[in-house]
Amino acid sequence: MAKYLLLKHYRGAPSAVNDVPMDKWAPEEITAHIKYMNDFAARLEKTGEFVDGQALAPEGEWVRYDGEGRPPVTDGPFAETKDLIAGWMIIDVDSRDRAVELAGELSAAPGAGGKPIHEWLEVRPFLTEMPTITE
Amino acid sequence: MNSSLLRSLTPSVIGVLVRRGADFAAAEDAVQDALMEAVRAWPTAEPRDPKAWLITVAWNRFLDATRADTARRRREDLVDAEPAPGPAAAADDTLRLYFLCAHPSLTPSSAVALTLRAVGGLTTRQIAEAYLVPEATMAQRISRAKKTVSTVRFDQPGDVATVLRVLYLVFNEGYSGDVDLAAEAIRLTRQLSAAFDHPEVAGLLALMLLHHARRPARTAPDGSLIPLADQDRTRWDTSLIAEGVQILQLALSRDRLGEFQAQAAIAALHADAPTAEETDWLQIVEWYDELAALTDSAVVRLNRAVAVGEADGPQAGLAALTPLDPSLPRYTAVAAHLHERAGDLPTAARLYAQAAREATNAAERDHLTRQAARLNTQGHA
Repeated sequence: MAKYLLLKHYRGAPSAVNDVPMDKWAPEEITAHIKYMNDFAARLEKTGEFVDGQALAPEGEWVRYDGEGRPPVTDGPFAETKDLIAGWMIIDVDSRDRAVELAGELSAAPGAGGKPIHEWLEVRPFLTEMPTITE
Repeated sequence: MNSSLLRSLTPSVIGVLVRRGADFAAAEDAVQDALMEAVRAWPTAEPRDPKAWLITVAWNRFLDATRADTARRRREDLVDAEPAPGPAAAADDTLRLYFLCAHPSLTPSSAVALTLRAVGGLTTRQIAEAYLVPEATMAQRISRAKKTVSTVRFDQPGDVATVLRVLYLVFNEGYSGDVDLAAEAIRLTRQLSAAFDHPEVAGLLALMLLHHARRPARTAPDGSLIPLADQDRTRWDTSLIAEGVQILQLALSRDRLGEFQAQAAIAALHADAPTAEETDWLQIVEWYDELAALTDSAVVRLNRAVAVGEADGPQAGLAALTPLDPSLPRYTAVAAHLHERAGDLPTAARLYAQAAREATNAAERDHLTRQAARLNTQGHA
């Protein structure tokens, strides 16, 4: 009964073991990868642990307030060095161990040569509501 | 009839169907259907005997469902095989459902979900909203839980401790959507306490009532946390406190102490103090000693250090903290508080900031950040 965010990076994570850019994979390897991700989400729905999953475009911009009556300032495209999030999955599980186990499975998604990518995923606990009984 | 009164009939109606030969999963589905039908039909035509109405409708739903299945032959053996049970049997059925839904083969989150549905009579959507997950996810969680307990015999006695842990989780999780989970946990614990005479059930009920009584004073209008010492005690619900204390005293008089009674005793001592300064910290420390003997929990020893700090001064509190593992949740927050009381403001400010980074909930994080900021700005003044 704790929610975790599993974050996948386009860049900014440590290098994966099977670190080949997706556009260098065989088309059927891409298909297999996408199927693995969809199956993974479907399986989590079945176990009653799935909350949400979304993918993000690699493009985007920085935005900030620029003072009363002025439009927000934008800055982009992102610098090549910026940590770039590719997408997320939110899970609702009984323990941190379970969250790590699931992240491990997600990281085993097949990549080039049909071999697991061993991609590094970020696992982040949600802040919860304040429990009623603390003393 | 209000909805919680209607829902309170859920476990005994499921019990009747199971006694008539329905399996638990099918009986539970049929009773959910009947509850929804009642919500539709009763506002215009409330039946004279709501329970009999629910049994009839649920039984018919069950028969419709089994008709669709291959169990036709079995069904014909089942119809009206057993009369509706009297009040004693209904209490037994209710108790059995609590045991089943808190069965040790279930994970905590599935036990909670199944209890809220099959004992509490909440819909899957309500439970999903309360726990902020999609309805489809909660439906799967409940259906898996039902599958997990499908081989458990309904009349098998269970361990009340597992039931109490589930109810405690429902109360303490603190999420609040349309369904007030704390109020629901209290209702379910009351119902359990009516079906099962046990000092720890009473202890948990008292604990919940005593904490629920403080709820209006626990948060400011902006949602920020107000610690116990700073709460406006006139906003505590005195009738809930009186009820909690009475239930607790009766339980304690039976001389079978357990951890929930001990926790409730601590909550009662706080509730009993007209001001924070008048809190009987010496007695609270004694109750923590009892609690530590019962549970051997590190969290209890941490909370005991807070009480020691109040009873015997901050240095004694810090000494009580020394043997504990600093990686315990809230250890740093407690250390910060004790250092502040000991007058070491720079250390306290540093520890409050660290505790804020370690906090697992937003209200506490914001509170600790404000504490650090308060000390840091005082330092400059």
